[in-house]
Amino acid sequence: MPAVKQTVDHVESLERYQHGFITAIDQEFAPKGLSADIVRFISAKKQEPEWMLEWRLAAYERWLAMDEPDWAKVNYPKIDYQDSYYYAAPKEKIGPMSLDEVDPEILATYAKLGIPLREQEVLAGVQGAPKYAVDAVFDSVSVVTTFKKELAAVGVIFCSFSEAVREHPELVKKYLGTVVPASDNYFACLNSAVFSDGSFVYVPPGVRCPMELSTYFRINAAESGQFERTLIIADKGAYVSYLEGCTAPMRDENQLHAAVVELVTLDDAEIKYSTVQNWYPGDPETGKGGIYNFVTKRADCRGDRSKVSWTQVETGSAITWKYPSCVLRGKDSVGEFYSIAITNGRQQADTGTKMIHLGEGTRSRIISKGISAGRSSNTYRGLVSAHPKAKGARNFTQCDSLLIGKTCAAHTVPYIEARNGQSVFEHEATTTRLSDDQLFYVMQRGLSQEEAVQLLVNGFVKDVLQELPMEFAVEAQKLVAISLEGSVG
Amino acid sequence: MLSIKNLHARVEAAEILKGLSLDLPAGEVHAIMGPNGAGKSTLSYVLTGKQGYEVTQGTATLDGEDLLSLEANERAARGVFLSFQYPLEIPGVPAMTFLRTAMNAQHKARGEPEISATDFLKRARQVAGQLKMDFDMLKRPLNVGFSGGEKKRMEIFQMAMLSPRLLILDETDSGLDIDALKIVADGVNALRSPDRAMLVITHYQRLLDYIRPDKVHVLAAGRIAATGGPELAHELEREGYDKYARAA
Repeated sequence: MPAVKQTVDHVESLERYQHGFITAIDQEFAPKGLSADIVRFISAKKQEPEWMLEWRLAAYERWLAMDEPDWAKVNYPKIDYQDSYYYAAPKEKIGPMSLDEVDPEILATYAKLGIPLREQEVLAGVQGAPKYAVDAVFDSVSVVTTFKKELAAVGVIFCSFSEAVREHPELVKKYLGTVVPASDNYFACLNSAVFSDGSFVYVPPGVRCPMELSTYFRINAAESGQFERTLIIADKGAYVSYLEGCTAPMRDENQLHAAVVELVTLDDAEIKYSTVQNWYPGDPETGKGGIYNFVTKRADCRGDRSKVSWTQVETGSAITWKYPSCVLRGKDSVGEFYSIAITNGRQQADTGTKMIHLGEGTRSRIISKGISAGRSSNTYRGLVSAHPKAKGARNFTQCDSLLIGKTCAAHTVPYIEARNGQSVFEHEATTTRLSDDQLFYVMQRGLSQEEAVQLLVNGFVKDVLQELPMEFAVEAQKLVAISLEGSVG
Repeated sequence: MLSIKNLHARVEAAEILKGLSLDLPAGEVHAIMGPNGAGKSTLSYVLTGKQGYEVTQGTATLDGEDLLSLEANERAARGVFLSFQYPLEIPGVPAMTFLRTAMNAQHKARGEPEISATDFLKRARQVAGQLKMDFDMLKRPLNVGFSGGEKKRMEIFQMAMLSPRLLILDETDSGLDIDALKIVADGVNALRSPDRAMLVITHYQRLLDYIRPDKVHVLAAGRIAATGGPELAHELEREGYDKYARAA
């Protein structure tokens, strides 16, 4: 298997968390803490119109009245929301820049992370390899978006969220908060008040986006949170594939990442959304530091026969709290969720999906692969529901957990609600421990223990890996290997 | 080739091997026969380095090199192969992928170049043909949903592909019907050569009609109780293991 081989070679040449470096650049911060003035500060920095500020302030008011949720199977000390920076940006001019204007240190950061920001570099890559456009978000701002011209030629809008607010207010106003309302939950509400940057995508009717779109989020500043906001709209008959990647430096304090992602598909449209999440997971021994990844992601399959497919590879973060969901409103619409969640060291993850069947003939499919190692805890939490009108709704759920070692935990919490008599829901679940007999069998054929674990784990997650765009599947496979380094023996 | 001297081994508190000695020269095929619980499988695991088997005394060397201090994969790279009594299932990993990964890991450990995809495929087709295996089986996840006989054939396929020097066959005949047994035995016999040695562990004499051993050892109560020629296997078939078990 060349991929496994590659993984193995790659792992040998790597540190445990390879993205833990800090970039030294001049940054501008909002004053520490959170208040209506901070919300105004952020809005002013982004040169937002009045309606956007109003929207933020309304969310802030709502947030003040809300309580932090405590139902997830995760433990962490109370967050002091006044002890964080809500805006951090490289000292540069606001707005889109050409690459020549971007701080070379930032360019070097992305180069180190292997993210191509120079279009000619992408184009100069392997012949025939698919090219993809990148929006690079550094702390609170988008520093550059590539291939915008080429995309604009077919009518696709791909830009930073801040730019969309200024350049395409009619689209933002029409869709923002219609999938995840500002008051949806505590963290989404906080995000609605202080969101920094993120990506905006609009694919016009009948257009198949000619390349993969991706956003690369990097937290760099200390003691700051990242609150990105992403909105993707696929108009009638449109198609787009989008990928987000995330990394952060190794720091001793916890950092909050509370993002909101909203997807809208109209009739016959399709969005494929993939995530490779590799935020710093904290120290594996002490559990010190790491990102709190408290994220709300939801898709509204508004149109008939529309489709949304979430694929996630979650290996990072100290704590993960996220449930990418699909509201299947349109007739015969389809939702899919493919997930690999890996926890090691002291990580805690409570993640899964919600498939809410509202329309007739809607279908959904959930394949979840959870792997726990070290002293981590990994919970799958999922909801499948069919409302009275969702006649003929179908769901298939496969939920597998793999335990490595004896000090980790896996939990599965499925909620299933069928409110009509014509829905078919299937749920399959397994929990297995990586067996010593399997390991021995593989080692007897010549693989080292570490390689044997990787081979077995790669086999376990294969169904999900093959859902990722090809060039990211290789990346994800490497990530899986790195995350589980030292988990046996 | 293989030299075992006064080997004692235990699993948890129970001592299973109690002073086993055996010499297996290159080019020879030795059969190990014995009653249930005599320590046949333990011997195969101790030689191949399974965890949980503690050697308390004695030595085992391959061409003079101490085997017991090596990891399982290091022994594999030196040419030790075990055909498992109960081969394991590896979900999600196609047999071909598994084998190529294993082969390249062994090549790397020995400082040899990797086998190219085309060479590998060519050889796999050839060996699969010899063993009358459906080539499509190699594209399926290893051993998942295979019948007992298919799994055994897959073991021999792997063995032929990896071309080891010391071949240990643990109850290879169990689960095979007579036609499959002939095919598997032909596959094993094709691997006989002056620079290879085979240890054939079996319960029944049946397999030895097809894989003719140079010597037969009776393993009882953790040590070699008797050694003889192929005729010893027939005697055991007639008279059973009783007298050896009692003597021990």
